[in-house]
Amino acid sequence: MNEKPKQPQTSETFGETAKTKDEISRRQFLTYTLMGTGGFMASMLIIPPLRATLDSVLQKKQEEPMVAVADVSEITDEPKRFTFTLTIDDAWVKNQKTTFTAWVFKSENGDIMALSPICTHLGCTVDWNSNPKYPEEFFCPCHGGRYSKDGVNIPGTPPSSPLAVYAYEVKDGKLYLGKLISRS
Amino acid sequence: MIQKVYDWLDERLDLSPIWRDIADHEVPEHVNPAHHFSAFVYCFGGLTFFTVVIQILSGMFLAMFYAPDIVNAFNSVKYLQTEVSFGYIVRGMHHWGASVVIVMLFLHTLRVFFTGAYKAPREMNWVVGVLLFAVILGLGFTGYLLPWDNKAYFATKVGLQIAEVVPVLGPYVKHFLAGGDIVGAETITRFFAIHVFFLPAILLLLLGVHFILIRRQGIAGPL
Repeated sequence: MNEKPKQPQTSETFGETAKTKDEISRRQFLTYTLMGTGGFMASMLIIPPLRATLDSVLQKKQEEPMVAVADVSEITDEPKRFTFTLTIDDAWVKNQKTTFTAWVFKSENGDIMALSPICTHLGCTVDWNSNPKYPEEFFCPCHGGRYSKDGVNIPGTPPSSPLAVYAYEVKDGKLYLGKLISRS
Repeated sequence: MIQKVYDWLDERLDLSPIWRDIADHEVPEHVNPAHHFSAFVYCFGGLTFFTVVIQILSGMFLAMFYAPDIVNAFNSVKYLQTEVSFGYIVRGMHHWGASVVIVMLFLHTLRVFFTGAYKAPREMNWVVGVLLFAVILGLGFTGYLLPWDNKAYFATKVGLQIAEVVPVLGPYVKHFLAGGDIVGAETITRFFAIHVFFLPAILLLLLGVHFILIRRQGIAGPL
């Protein structure tokens, strides 16, 4: 920062002290110009990578399609396990077949319920009627979480919210399942 | 505001001497383009370093989108290039920057050679510079394979065949670099590791030595 032109050292040529408040000194001017140029170059360098990295945050979520899972005639009062497959594009891994599970039954008022088997405690897989001690309940083997038939967590067991339900629609005697709706 | 933060830190950590050591140094007249415009040839070393910094930065971000694997490598590069906004700019920075580094490095070498800056007492820094040249070429060679397209594959095949003709050691060198008999799964992971871990570590080490030496010995005198 000490290189000074070889000129007679008068305050006129250096202009280090501003004459009035509005004038900026030569040093100030140089600082602003260099910082401005440097800042511009640095931002050219850093903005594209940051934008690319933030892309996953800024991208709109894809609408999940409805998938045919079962014939309505198969659905009874008793929860039954149905699996269905979605083809998922995960970044550069395209067309990934991923299997999902739903516990489907007709509730007392005749509505169809499709429950997610993922325990809301820590994400293990629950099973219907699997523990002889707790009949007619969804039971999670990991920490003993329990849910009643409609998927509502039983107080005093680890889960703090009901099992999620799938959005569903019935068309031409077929049950279609869509995205998961959490019920916490 | 910034001045206040700096003053606060400076009061406690005594920063000024540190950054003076780094930034405040003699720039002799004969290397200052403000005095003689032809002195811009003395900028090539700094420009090489600047482009290396760009390479390191853009490379760090590229690594977030890259899978070093024969199934996914090409697709991950294609995904970044075509589906991530600004992705093609990030890859473009690294792609074109790689060539710029080598051009700048070459110009810097020519400048040092023709101004005789390698002469005593600066021979060691010339040797360090030659090692740096080798490391940069190594980075270029290993990085070239990573997109895993046709050009990458066959360039690496040719490169390995060149290594193979080295007397006696050749076949072993080739086998070591490829990590097997063919250019394949183990070659790409190996080249990836060399490209992002081993060579950059050596590069930074050598750059440190390069800069410390030049500060110790000063810039060579005028022609």
